[in-house]
Amino acid sequence: MAQEALTYASATELSVSLKTAEISAVELTEACIDAIAAHNGTVNAVVTLCEESALAEAKAADLKLRDGSAGPLTGIPLLHKDIFCTRNVATTCASKMLANFVPPYDATVVSRLRTAGTVMLGKTNMDEFAMGSSTETSVFGVTRNPWDLNCVPGGSSGGAAAAVAAGFAPLSTGTDTGGSIRQPASLCGITGLKPTYGRVSRLGIIAFASSLDQAGPMTRTVEDAALMLQAMSGVDAGDSTSADLDVPDFTAGLNQPIAGLKIGIPREYFNHNLDQRVANKIHEALNELVKEGAELVDIDLPHTEQGIATYYIIAPAEASTNLSRYDGVRFGHRCDSPQNLTDLYERSRSEGFGEEVQRRILVGTYALSAGFYDAYFKKAQQVRRLISEDFQKAFDRCDVIAGPAAPGTAFPLGAKSDDPLAMYLEDIYTLSVNLAGLPGLSIPAGFIDGMPVGLQLIGRSFDEATLLKMGHRFQLCTNHHRATPTMAGVNQ
Amino acid sequence: MPTIPADVLSVAQLARLRIDETALDDVTDRFNRTLKLVAQLEEVDTEGVVPMSNPHDMYQRLRADKVTESNQREALQKTAPAVADGFFLVPKVID
Repeated sequence: MAQEALTYASATELSVSLKTAEISAVELTEACIDAIAAHNGTVNAVVTLCEESALAEAKAADLKLRDGSAGPLTGIPLLHKDIFCTRNVATTCASKMLANFVPPYDATVVSRLRTAGTVMLGKTNMDEFAMGSSTETSVFGVTRNPWDLNCVPGGSSGGAAAAVAAGFAPLSTGTDTGGSIRQPASLCGITGLKPTYGRVSRLGIIAFASSLDQAGPMTRTVEDAALMLQAMSGVDAGDSTSADLDVPDFTAGLNQPIAGLKIGIPREYFNHNLDQRVANKIHEALNELVKEGAELVDIDLPHTEQGIATYYIIAPAEASTNLSRYDGVRFGHRCDSPQNLTDLYERSRSEGFGEEVQRRILVGTYALSAGFYDAYFKKAQQVRRLISEDFQKAFDRCDVIAGPAAPGTAFPLGAKSDDPLAMYLEDIYTLSVNLAGLPGLSIPAGFIDGMPVGLQLIGRSFDEATLLKMGHRFQLCTNHHRATPTMAGVNQ
Repeated sequence: MPTIPADVLSVAQLARLRIDETALDDVTDRFNRTLKLVAQLEEVDTEGVVPMSNPHDMYQRLRADKVTESNQREALQKTAPAVADGFFLVPKVID
């Protein structure tokens, strides 16, 4: 296989080439490292490269491939978002606060993917503590979108999305609290799945908002997302919110027909907030699914607009609690020569956290404080239930809900960084899915002026299988997911 | 009800954050813009709606009450900013 073909092949295709010894895991790993060396200087998707350990893991994978004990992911290179704890490898959450943090243990997702035989190439860039939709708040600097280097890749898993789009690795992990897998997947033209809350263990993922956070696969194809989700899923004794449910065989169900499945189209997703050109692409994509036998039905999700307000109380409130652990004592940044304990806390935190993180801690603290709790936090939790009930009612009439993953295509670097509220609108179609704990998949649905558009499919609780089946069917009859970026356009 | 810089300072104090005086007006302005956004919720009728704190309304599982962790003090303290004799160091709290 030529170098280009190697770095843009899917994990499923690469797995066949590895098993037939057409290529070795070491050759594949070297090709990825070469691609990173060639383009990461401009894209800035990878923040830590583990060249030596990756080649050692690839050698071990080659032994397994030869002795017949290899699984479907053996020898496949992957990158982890820098929010996953990786034993003896720096894990920063793209924050000055954790610039020197080297975890003594692996996140469950990391150890499960390691056990599955993947080769860890390194760690990817993100918005600081996963709070953002553009990967512009990272202490490592911005990540650029491989489709137009003057544009953002989305966020917060922007490094992961850009890396897969740029051919650095076929697989990467992401986390999604309000859209952080699906929105960057949409903006970078890749496949991204946020599983149902509880499907994947959160142990070892640096916490942002614990009732919303989920980890998921970011890949080139739905087929690969199924493979990766299989390896990541399942109950974990170390996370009491992980679901104690059987995990279906996601790959086995991929080729089942979608004829007769009902797709709900929420009226509220196609209003003034949405770029009309994106709406057109989504309708074209839906027509493909109709050709395959799916039926469209109109549905209502009446609290869509209030989802943003609900999310921007609940997520910051949970974040303000989770981030109270960063006090300059046990780990993380500590200020120089603290005068007393309060000085140690206040200066360590103000120096270690960036602007957006501090802004959210303040809002969250306010929403939880005496006198405001009922008006803000409790109220938001009540609206959260109404949002969840909207979805339940909709699923009485359909099997899957479809719409855009983001209101537009990738926007220029800096375009929204001074206006947090404009940035928050980026997640209008994704964050209510987190509030309701449902699975959501974003797949490439076409291009507008050369920039990718993502179709989002939302499923019933723990019904990732139907999303994957429908997404796979779409990719069998379209080629959007096979397009590769030019990595042109730096003029800054 | 918009907050004033003094309110923001008291919230910052609760959150153990120190806001630079030169940035205070800007921080207050942005804080108020966020509050204005979330004030949309006032329009929603939530009479009698049970608050939802977890997507599956689930209770946390309890595990058996037995020791499962081994002592890893050295490994865990490796990332601490200041330790001595196996303890985390903080500034003097009692004179």
